[in-house]
Parts: sequence; structure tokens; C-alpha cells
Amino acid sequence: MNNAEEKLVFERPRSLTDAHTHYCPGCTHGIAHRLVAEALDELGLRERTLGIAPVGCAVLAYYYFNVDMAEAAHGRAPAMATGMKRANPDKILFTYQGDGDLAAIGAGEIVHAAGRGENITVIFINNAIYGMTGGQMAPTTLEGQKTTSSPMGRDISIAGHPLRMSELLATLDGAAYVARGSLHDPKHIRRAKKAILTAFKVQQAGLGFSMVELLSACGTNWKMDPVEALGWIKDNMVPYFPLGDYKVTDAVKNL
Amino acid sequence: MARELWKGNEALAEASVRAGLVAYFGYPITPQTELLEYLSLRMVKLGRAFLQAESELAAINMVYGAACTGVRVMTSSSSPGISLMQEGLSYIAASEVPVVLVDIMRGGPGLGNIQPSQGDYFQVTRAAGHGDFHPLVLAPATVQEAVDLVYLAFDLAEKYRTIVIVVADGNIGQMMEPAEMPPMRKVKKDRPDWALTGADGREHRIITSLELGAERLEALNLRLQKKIARIRQAEVRYQEHKVEDADILIAAFGTMGRISQTAAEMARAKGIKAGVFRPISLFPFPDERLEELSRQVSRILVVEMNAGQMLDDVRLAVGKDFPVEFYGRMGGVVPLPDDVLEVVERIGAELNDEQR
Repeated sequence: MNNAEEKLVFERPRSLTDAHTHYCPGCTHGIAHRLVAEALDELGLRERTLGIAPVGCAVLAYYYFNVDMAEAAHGRAPAMATGMKRANPDKILFTYQGDGDLAAIGAGEIVHAAGRGENITVIFINNAIYGMTGGQMAPTTLEGQKTTSSPMGRDISIAGHPLRMSELLATLDGAAYVARGSLHDPKHIRRAKKAILTAFKVQQAGLGFSMVELLSACGTNWKMDPVEALGWIKDNMVPYFPLGDYKVTDAVKNL
Repeated sequence: MARELWKGNEALAEASVRAGLVAYFGYPITPQTELLEYLSLRMVKLGRAFLQAESELAAINMVYGAACTGVRVMTSSSSPGISLMQEGLSYIAASEVPVVLVDIMRGGPGLGNIQPSQGDYFQVTRAAGHGDFHPLVLAPATVQEAVDLVYLAFDLAEKYRTIVIVVADGNIGQMMEPAEMPPMRKVKKDRPDWALTGADGREHRIITSLELGAERLEALNLRLQKKIARIRQAEVRYQEHKVEDADILIAAFGTMGRISQTAAEMARAKGIKAGVFRPISLFPFPDERLEELSRQVSRILVVEMNAGQMLDDVRLAVGKDFPVEFYGRMGGVVPLPDDVLEVVERIGAELNDEQR
């Protein structure tokens, strides 16, 4: 083959390592990792990025992202990122958190990080269930959804209502950019990528707190095959967690 | 520097600034709050990082984050706040990042009160969080010593990549005394070779407290234990007052060490040979020296503002056959020299009876 005709059309982002992930077949964490890594590459941020892995299925994300990373206690990633950023304002900080981590045990930390307008980027994976501990009810578990700790389906009279974190955080003045995307099909994956790029640009420009929530599949704990699981996001999660931009300040619009 | 009148909490804060503190994260709690208030102005004026966190839980994790980047960082709190920080402290210990923590103890348990107490000796020396680790714990008895120890704490934290706790009761945090400040050190620009600084021209670095394999986690634990052994070897600190000819040795730390010294002098004026052994490092505990002293005194009296916590370490040091007495007050009651003297006199009388 003539070398001149070779055209590289697809490769691993530099911000990802070549490690095999431990994620289940059909899990969308891999897609989310890749989108974050592509965004860091495209913006030329990899070398000055510090990431924080959560407690949850993405606990080992530090093996997969080819950036300097620390592992936080459950829910405390935004506090850790705050400490890193305040001591190193020239660095780019991201946390990667699941729904149990961000919306349950870490609800305090995320609210205050957003309220302070902490100049960090949060990638929030919402799959409506606790993955790592084996499928318990999450703060984002839908009404009627069966989990190992709501075996009859989530009963609102017992467990209360699912939390919509993007809507909640968007009300805070410190939040510059808050968007919810979904990873259930290529069209939405492309949109999610765009939102992640915007979030990092917001941080680069020092405009304040940015978060992208990504509706994600957990076929294993939902007890569905991968295709079924993607359909479940579209049919069940999207109606309760509508997609779109929840906060775009004027400064962000002008980026 | 000249000696100036300093409030304990503010002196601790200024000494930390002079040690090259880059970032402070904390939460208000009496009787420690002046430390945070002082830094809220001082750090910001110097262009360094100061942030009042939403909780002690958040504060310690902010400290953890900053520590991962290899900068000098600290927080301060008081007993109930330290309880909230225990989660973070355990992660920090396992991750082996240097952190300085000031604990100005108050009365407990529970919300307790805001009076001075030494009720958290166990917490700082034994139970700073889940898992096998011990922070290095330093206990000043004066404002000057608080200044000197917190200044030193940053070096020790970095040397051993460990947590150093400077622990004092509310008396030392709140009272004013003359103290001389150490010189202002420059903030270090270079970062250690383990710090997270961005994977620029090198492999990416990871700081984690997670080791899924049993043998790998045991290896981490063995490394921590080795470090603790080195600390036990090299970092024992204590002060002695008239122990050479002492018949009764009072063992007390912090404020109680100081009050006991006055009591010992009063006892000597009454013809009772009393001396004071004051551990400065609570971990590592100066057990070898105490064991040595136990061979030359008749009785050891442990005095604490708690129900008898350092007492355990004293008993471990001298063995179960050596007579150890205890006098303690709780709830924020600070024993006066007269109170301690009364116990010393009673022991003195008993010793006299035995000799007859």
C-alpha cells in the first residue's frame, strides 16, 4: 500500500491509557470515558489536567485516564477537586461521579462546589442504580423501578422521589454551565461530546462551575441485554430526566 | 523576632503561614475558630489559598486534594469536628500525603461543651480513622511551644509523608502569652516526585487508598507500619522537670503538664520530692524514658483532663506491677495546682506510712 494514501481515521485518545477496562458488556462508562478523553485531547489540556475518580463502578477510572488522578472518598470528589484547584489555579480539574456518589452521599459537597462557582468540571453518570455494590436503589432510581433494595419497585411513600440534580444545581448562581445528555444512541453521544467540550471551555475561561450529566446504561443491574438497556434509557429515563441545557450563563453563550 | 503577646489560636495560624502554608481549608468551631478567622485575612492578603468549607467533612477532603499536589496544607478543628474528619484522615494516611491538622480539644462526648478538655487523646493517638495507622501527634503546653511545634509539623509531615496532629486543649487555643515567631519561610516552588502536577512529559501519576488484592493491601499496610516504626525511633519528644531526685513522678501532657509543674513545686516546698514528666509527642509515646524513670521513683501519678486516656500508655510503659495513680477531671473542669497538690500530698503521706 502506498503510504501517501494512508489516512488515520480513528485512534485511541492520548488522554486514555491502553488498559482494558473492567466495565460490563453494554456499560456506557467506556463511552463517557472516551468522550472526556477526546475533549481533553482536542482542547490540548491533558498535560495540565488532574482528575478525581469516585467510589462506584468508575473507582478504577484512574487506570483508564492517561492524566494525573486521585481517588476520592465516596461523594467527596468535589471537595477534593476544590482543594486541588484552589492550590493550583492553573490546572484543569474534573471529577467523574456516579449518582450514588454525587446525588446521595456527596449531595452536600456538589451543592456547595456549584454554589461557590468552583472552577471545576463535573462529569455526572446517572444510571439510576448503584452499580458497584450490586444494584441497590439510587437517589435517581425511578418510581416503580426494581432494585435489590427496592425489590417491589421504588415506592415513593417509603423512599421518596428521585432527585433531578441538573435542575437543582442549575438554580445556583455559581453554576455557569449545567447540561444533561444521554449515551443511548450515536446522535445523543455526539451531543454529549459537545456538552463536555463546552464544560471544559467554561473552566478554561474561568467562568465557574460546569457539569454534564449523562444518562447511562447499567444492563447488568437492570437485568437487561445491552440493546434493551439503551432502549430503557430512552423510554424511561429521558421522560423523567429531560435532556438539554439547564444553565448557560451569558458568559458561556459568548464563549 | 521580638517576643509579642499572642493568642494561642492566632499564634498557631501565624506560625503556619511562616512555615510556608500554601492552602488552608477549615470550618468554624469553638474553641478553634480564631485560627480560621486569622487566616481568612492573612492568607488572602498573601495571595495564598483560604477557604471556609461547608463542613469539616468537606474541609478535610479539600486538604486531601491539595495535599495530593504536594503543597503545604493544613486544617484545624475541635473535637466534634475532628470526628467528622476521621474519614478523610484515614484516606490521607493510606495515600501517604503530608497533612498538618490542629486539634483544639473541647469537652465531650457528643456536643459536650466548649470548655478545655483532653478527652480526645485516644482519638488522635489511636483512632484518627478506620484501619491501621497512627498520625504523629504533638502536644504543646505553652503558646510558644504551639508555635514551635506547628512550624516543625510541616517538615515532619513531608519527611514521613504522614499526618501530623498538633493537639492542645482550649486553654492553649484561647489564652494569650508572649511568644516569639519563627522566621518567614519562602513557599516552596518545587513539588515532590509523587505529587499530582499534570502528566507533562512523564507517565501519569495516581494517588489512591484502594488496593483490591489482599496481598497488595497488606504490602501497603506493612509500608505504613515500617514508617510508624521509623517515627517511633526518631520522633520521641518529652520534657522533664526535677525528675532526678523525684519520689513521686507526675506524668501529664499539654496544659496539665504545666499545671502539674506548679503543683510539683508546691509539693517540694512542703518537703515532698515531686517531679514532672511531660510527653510532647503523644504518638510516638516516650515509653522507654518513662520506663527508665519508673525504676527511680516510688510512684507515678497521671494527671489528665479526661477519665484516664494517656494513663493506658503510661501503664503499658511501666508494666502492671508498678503502682500508677490517676487524677482526672472531665467536662471542661481544669484542675488547679492545689487540686493536684492534694493528691500528691496524699500519695506522699502513704509513701511515708509505708516507709515506717
